[in-house]
Amino acid sequence: MISAFFIFNQKGEVLISRLFRQDLKRSISDVFRIQVISNPDVRSPIITLGSTSFFHVRINNVYVVGVTKCNASAALVFEFLYRFITISRSYFSKLDEESVKNNFVLIYELLDEIIDFGFPQNSEIDTLKMYITTESIKSEMAVREDSSKITIQATGATSWRRSDVKYRKNEAFVDVIETVNLLMSKEGAVLRADVDGQILMRAYLSGTPECKFGLNDKLVLQKRGNEGTKSDDAVELDDCQFHQCVRLGKFDSDRSISFIPPDGEFELMRYRSTSNINLPFRLQTHVTEPSKSRVEYTIHLKANFDSKLNANNVVLRIPTPLNTTGVQAKVGVGKAKYVPGENMIVWKIPRLQGAQECTLTAEADLAATTHRQAWSRPPIQVDFSVVMFTASGLLVRFLKVFEKSGYQSVKWVRYLSKANGSYQIRF
Amino acid sequence: MADAKLFTRGKAQELRDELRGANDKRDKGFLRKKTALKKIVANMTMGNDMSPLFPDVVQCMQIQVLEIKKMVYLYLVNYGRLRPEEVTSAIGGFLSDCADRNPLIRGLAIRTMSSIPLPPIVKALIDPLRHALQDQDPYVRKTAAIAVAKLYASEPGRKVVEREGFVGMLRDLLADHNPTVVANCVAALVEISERGDDIVLKLNGNVAGKLVAALGECSEWGQIYILDSLLSFVPQTHLEAEQLAERISVRLQHANSAVVLTTIKVVLYLMNYMEDEVLMRVLERKMGPPLVTLLSSGSEVQYVGLRNILLIIQRRPAILQNEVKVFFCKYNDPIYVKLAKLEIMYRLTREENVSEVLAELKEYASEVDVDFVRKAVRSIGRLAIKISSSSDQCIQTLLNLMSTKISYVVQEAIVVIKDIFRRYPNQYESIIATLCENLNVLDEPEAKSAMIWILGQYSDRIENSDELLEDFAFTFKEEPAEVQLALLTAVVKLFIRRPTAAQELLPKVLKLATEEAENPDLRDRGFMYWRLLTSNPTAARDIVLSDKPVISTETDRMDKGMLDQLLLQTGTLGSIYHKNPNTFIRTAKARYLPDSPALNSSSKRHLITPSGVSSTSIRSPPSLPARPISSIPTDTESPISPNGGSSDPYGQLSDLEFVNGGGAGYQTDIPRPRGADEDLLF
Repeated sequence: MISAFFIFNQKGEVLISRLFRQDLKRSISDVFRIQVISNPDVRSPIITLGSTSFFHVRINNVYVVGVTKCNASAALVFEFLYRFITISRSYFSKLDEESVKNNFVLIYELLDEIIDFGFPQNSEIDTLKMYITTESIKSEMAVREDSSKITIQATGATSWRRSDVKYRKNEAFVDVIETVNLLMSKEGAVLRADVDGQILMRAYLSGTPECKFGLNDKLVLQKRGNEGTKSDDAVELDDCQFHQCVRLGKFDSDRSISFIPPDGEFELMRYRSTSNINLPFRLQTHVTEPSKSRVEYTIHLKANFDSKLNANNVVLRIPTPLNTTGVQAKVGVGKAKYVPGENMIVWKIPRLQGAQECTLTAEADLAATTHRQAWSRPPIQVDFSVVMFTASGLLVRFLKVFEKSGYQSVKWVRYLSKANGSYQIRF
Repeated sequence: MADAKLFTRGKAQELRDELRGANDKRDKGFLRKKTALKKIVANMTMGNDMSPLFPDVVQCMQIQVLEIKKMVYLYLVNYGRLRPEEVTSAIGGFLSDCADRNPLIRGLAIRTMSSIPLPPIVKALIDPLRHALQDQDPYVRKTAAIAVAKLYASEPGRKVVEREGFVGMLRDLLADHNPTVVANCVAALVEISERGDDIVLKLNGNVAGKLVAALGECSEWGQIYILDSLLSFVPQTHLEAEQLAERISVRLQHANSAVVLTTIKVVLYLMNYMEDEVLMRVLERKMGPPLVTLLSSGSEVQYVGLRNILLIIQRRPAILQNEVKVFFCKYNDPIYVKLAKLEIMYRLTREENVSEVLAELKEYASEVDVDFVRKAVRSIGRLAIKISSSSDQCIQTLLNLMSTKISYVVQEAIVVIKDIFRRYPNQYESIIATLCENLNVLDEPEAKSAMIWILGQYSDRIENSDELLEDFAFTFKEEPAEVQLALLTAVVKLFIRRPTAAQELLPKVLKLATEEAENPDLRDRGFMYWRLLTSNPTAARDIVLSDKPVISTETDRMDKGMLDQLLLQTGTLGSIYHKNPNTFIRTAKARYLPDSPALNSSSKRHLITPSGVSSTSIRSPPSLPARPISSIPTDTESPISPNGGSSDPYGQLSDLEFVNGGGAGYQTDIPRPRGADEDLLF
């Protein structure tokens, strides 16, 4: 298991150093600095030297690193590092050098609780916040007075939820967020189009509520035999994965999603869908290189969804050759600007209505070069977010909440489809 | 909290004064003490030696403020080892905390003490630890379970654990009603059995069943520990294996990728003991989607997933067989993800999807990263050999790429085209002229040898082959052995085919090889050709121009037995490097698929046991060169792989190891541990 945990800044200075096992010394951190931080060409998140392996994740301006001396589970180490990042965000909103320095004592306290001898332990934020807080006085009180409640919570079967949650108004918010992945060839053929979905829930519910959740999916998950036909608007999910709180046994037997939610915000499930994806944007590109010193672009964008809906923050990143000296771009909607540092024309459209179309025409002037390799034409990226639209067609059918006190609860559902570097069109 | 201002280097002496100075009554809520301790912790972090402050920090143990206590404990864990004489002064404080009425404090004390493996501390810990293992609070018990494993890791602790029967107590705790306690016990027992020579964890069906029952209530980490321990259960009947696999397969839907991969590891392990083909197909179908889902995770986990997928699809090709598209590279994937995807794409390509894959590979060949481009080009050549119906398309693509005149693309293409010539004799020789146009860009030994091989092999069809070979021979002495050997053989071929053309060149090269070369292989080969040509020219012709064995990709996978063994490492470092952990980690033990009456015949046939391979199977050597570079240009060694296990030069390409350092700079991106022989001295 994990022998040591470090956080480094970009200069390679140690911000946090915790050794869990005696098989390492603190000076091992120098090896990481030399091999990874000072190395301009790091080609793997895992580096093994002798029997020592370094696992690192870069986030903002810090490196979060786990070190092992055994044949550790690589998946576990990275999941732990990810979890540490999530917990840090929850405690001090952003994990970077400044926040680590501001909270180093708290981080040590957290580490002591979430990992023991390199074995990750309870890492449920809700439970941790019962007794590890940014205000030491509060932690002190909690530990003194509620210790047995905390220990039962931290080791029990529903370690993610306290039993004494109370709200005056019981509400649950469900956010269905889909990241659309698209790879389209030069010829306009869809090489891949799929959706990574996330269902986030913010549960503000009293007591110990039993929830049942239903979607318009036909779960194609290796069904044995066919279970009769379902309605036509049913969505095929290729796979889904659930938060710790969902009863997987129940899902396996009758495909129902039932759970006792953690208090507050959490990711209830993740899913993938690959069939019948509604692509929210269509792009027609015409890019020519009429001479060695010029590239001409005509990019035509169409919002391919209902005209009642709107897309926000649409950004197209259109690559230009490395030797571009300047670009003249004309657009009907939004603003287009050449960003020399990134070799791109960035076309920003703050708001675009469904079914709307718009066009960019541009000319890039190229510097003369003696030996010019063919321009490799990286794909155009489209970033966007479209509210109340799911590219997979997924809808929430119901969310039922049962609590023994029998209170009424209000539920809200929102949908969002977005892309952030994942919507790529070759040209 | 803005503690950043405390995160500055200070002198031990000043910090000591600050800590002592904080000792007056006016220090309300010990605020000044806290600040001083925080500065000490910060300096400790920065690597500033704070151990001289030991006595002063131990003094603070008496303050009943949790935050201070935690900092003091952290300090003790860090410096206790360095101050064995003074650490005894802390024992009193520890013991009173071990008996605190607050379970969190009891847990904290046990956790801290067990992290300082010095004889006096270990001795003092015996009684509290025994109590803690039976504590009424689960938090204390779960901490105590790990503490036993901690003790066992140190020399003094190990003796105590054995003498006091702590392992037995852990075993009893497996029946605890609290899932977290059970999970930590399992983790501790697995750890101990991996360290100890005489303690082996063995689970029977009954215990395994109970552990699985606890899975549903465990934290995600606890699930991993329990799932991992199931490898210590050896099914005695097919039914046992089948039932267990079905029960744990629900874990494939868990959000934590380590839970998913560990589940896959156990299911794959259990499949060796199954006979029900239908169920095995069902399980294979269940494993596919979660594996693909790993690709939606962070890049690091994607990488772990991809390296594992590459192993898994070799053993169980039905998983993911229709999924090649999800492995297409995104432009902004990190390089390690791209390279891992490329391998999988090659393996999943079949006649039906080869056009799509080729179009992708061609696209990749125009990207920026040199290694990635090279591997993309190489993959095109491998596909030509794997799928004969696609060879025309592949050749066309390669020629297109060569027209870019990018040096490394051209060289890579020539290397693979040579193999395509071997695979499909008399089909593509018309392109030789195109290849010859690129002679001047060749500067890598592998590409040079490939070109030289082509020149020798087709010396009768290439009009000026004698001149071209002579050009190469001009720098004979400066070339690496690989090129020299190729050149020698090529010149001999030229002589046999067109004796007059090589009349001057042959004696010159033979003389260089036999008289001036330092390399014994080269010398020996030179002498052999020389004698062969002088004693029996007919035999020379038969031998040198003999039919070459056909290259194919029928045995495209690693040996099944090895795969079964490697798959026991699913999700671990061993699965990243495709190596058994004992070969690169000093303390790791080898793991073998255990034999049992339930082991199915297919797995049994390839079974690798600690004493070697079962008699029925012939194992190919683990590090068979991916590309028999030296054997191709030499022609005198007839079979491609010496043991006949695999007749395919690409057969072992699972990790693209080009063993004799063929392509310049290739080694860098094959994931592998470095310097496995010596350990880091830190």
